[in-house]
Amino acid sequence: MIRRLLIVNRGEIALRIVRAAQEAGLISIVAHSEADVDTLAVQRADEAVCIGPAQAAKSYLNIPAILEAAKACQADAVHPGYGFLSESADFARAVKDAGMVFIGPDADIIARMGDKAMARQTAIEAGVPVVPGSPHAVNDVAEALKVVEGVGFPLLIKAAAGGGGRGIRVAEDSDALTKQLPLAQAEAQAAFGDGRVYLERFIARARHIEVQVLGDGKRAVHFFERECSLQRRRQKVFEEAPSPALNDVTRKAICDSAVALAEHVGYLGAGTLEYLFDDTTNEFFFIEMNTRIQVEHPVTEMVTGVDLVREMIRLACGQPLRMAQEDIALKGWAIEMRINAEDPDRDFFPSPGSVAKLTWPAGPGIRIDSGLYEGYKMPPFYDSLVAKLIVWDEDRESALKRAGRALDEFHLEGFATTASLHRRLVEDPQVKRGAIDTAFLERWLAEPASNRATVKEVIDEQ
Amino acid sequence: MAKQTIQAPFPGVFYRKPSPDAPDYFEEGQVVQVGDVIGLIEVMKQFVELKAEVSGTLLHFSADNEAVLEAGDVIASVEVNE
Repeated sequence: MIRRLLIVNRGEIALRIVRAAQEAGLISIVAHSEADVDTLAVQRADEAVCIGPAQAAKSYLNIPAILEAAKACQADAVHPGYGFLSESADFARAVKDAGMVFIGPDADIIARMGDKAMARQTAIEAGVPVVPGSPHAVNDVAEALKVVEGVGFPLLIKAAAGGGGRGIRVAEDSDALTKQLPLAQAEAQAAFGDGRVYLERFIARARHIEVQVLGDGKRAVHFFERECSLQRRRQKVFEEAPSPALNDVTRKAICDSAVALAEHVGYLGAGTLEYLFDDTTNEFFFIEMNTRIQVEHPVTEMVTGVDLVREMIRLACGQPLRMAQEDIALKGWAIEMRINAEDPDRDFFPSPGSVAKLTWPAGPGIRIDSGLYEGYKMPPFYDSLVAKLIVWDEDRESALKRAGRALDEFHLEGFATTASLHRRLVEDPQVKRGAIDTAFLERWLAEPASNRATVKEVIDEQ
Repeated sequence: MAKQTIQAPFPGVFYRKPSPDAPDYFEEGQVVQVGDVIGLIEVMKQFVELKAEVSGTLLHFSADNEAVLEAGDVIASVEVNE
């Protein structure tokens, strides 16, 4: 068993892991940059260690500096959180080679599932449906045009090494494909140092549904799905569990497929399998696997009652899964709203600043994961996510109402946030009906403001 | 001839060049026109172009490449063309 856990991350997830470590009786040590000396995670941790200057490349992504700090503070395990080095096979390997436990799967599984083309191949081997497309990376236009015969248009051209929505182009027809393919290859080479691209069918109105799994290297179980279709620039904004789009039969099929894939690779730790779901045909297609804890893991914790971060620490220490599939039940509905320091009225421009006043919502069914506190000055160097407001209630309709109530109680002075966007979203008739797809939010934001304006605003304009 | 300063409109990291291997957008002493990009400011993982709002001679950069700026910090001074 481990005793001293080094947390190599920042913000709300560093604090989340500090809390899990403390509950597990571990000494929590937060590795932080010079810009993050005064974060709540650092204050709440048992110990803290500075790993370098503000820029992530010199601190949170600096493997030698992190290993040195780990040695200096006698850490025996490392939790990478999400983002930064959480899906770096090199980092996982380096941690293990230094004699510590990496809280995540083995480096070779991270490498295998992190490469989109290899992950896709692995899914096919495990019998999991994938989006129709090229079986391997395509080398040239002639090969691409051959793939089209079986797949049809429109197509996506995706960089094998891409991620987070980067490195993707759409081709509507053969002419577009002929033009776009070399550009996509050059772009992938420039952006990721890897020019391989592959093709897949573009599903016009797809939902993003993902399945949470835990594995102990032999056996895997699922914790049902999350729906994350509300996205802006391919970044998730609002997530919920379960998905309003699945019936029981489809839910079982998609979740069972996730377990099959996790067991096929001997997965260890917490992982998420992302799918595109076409609700006109009820088809689901595996797109990628994230081999780490995810931002939106709390909604799964709320509807299953399982602490995923606690479990991933246990699993990394070699303990077997504590639960069988039939022990995991879905109860109620949970919603997560990402509160970003961005101004929805100024095209989501970043709005860093200091927290002048802060009141969190409270009461039944409310969970806040955030590193904010009054007086905290947000550094401009990192991601704009500053809080996750999570609500649970017995069903979706009640959860949306509770979300609105929670947002009304939430009060922050000092900078603009996306809370106002969520307040409007939870009242939207289409959101209420669950009639959403991955392009919904961008269409909704592009609508003339008058369509969504409050009565008062309309009167002011007249 | 009036001297005018270019200030950081928001906090962030200032870059004098579009990418680490590229040359600087402008050297001191060069002439800039309204709308010319003279640097980038990175704030919360977004890069925003900093544009000259006046035409004239770029006299001096007060902010180094990769300098961490607060809103209002002076980045450069320009001698404005009358």
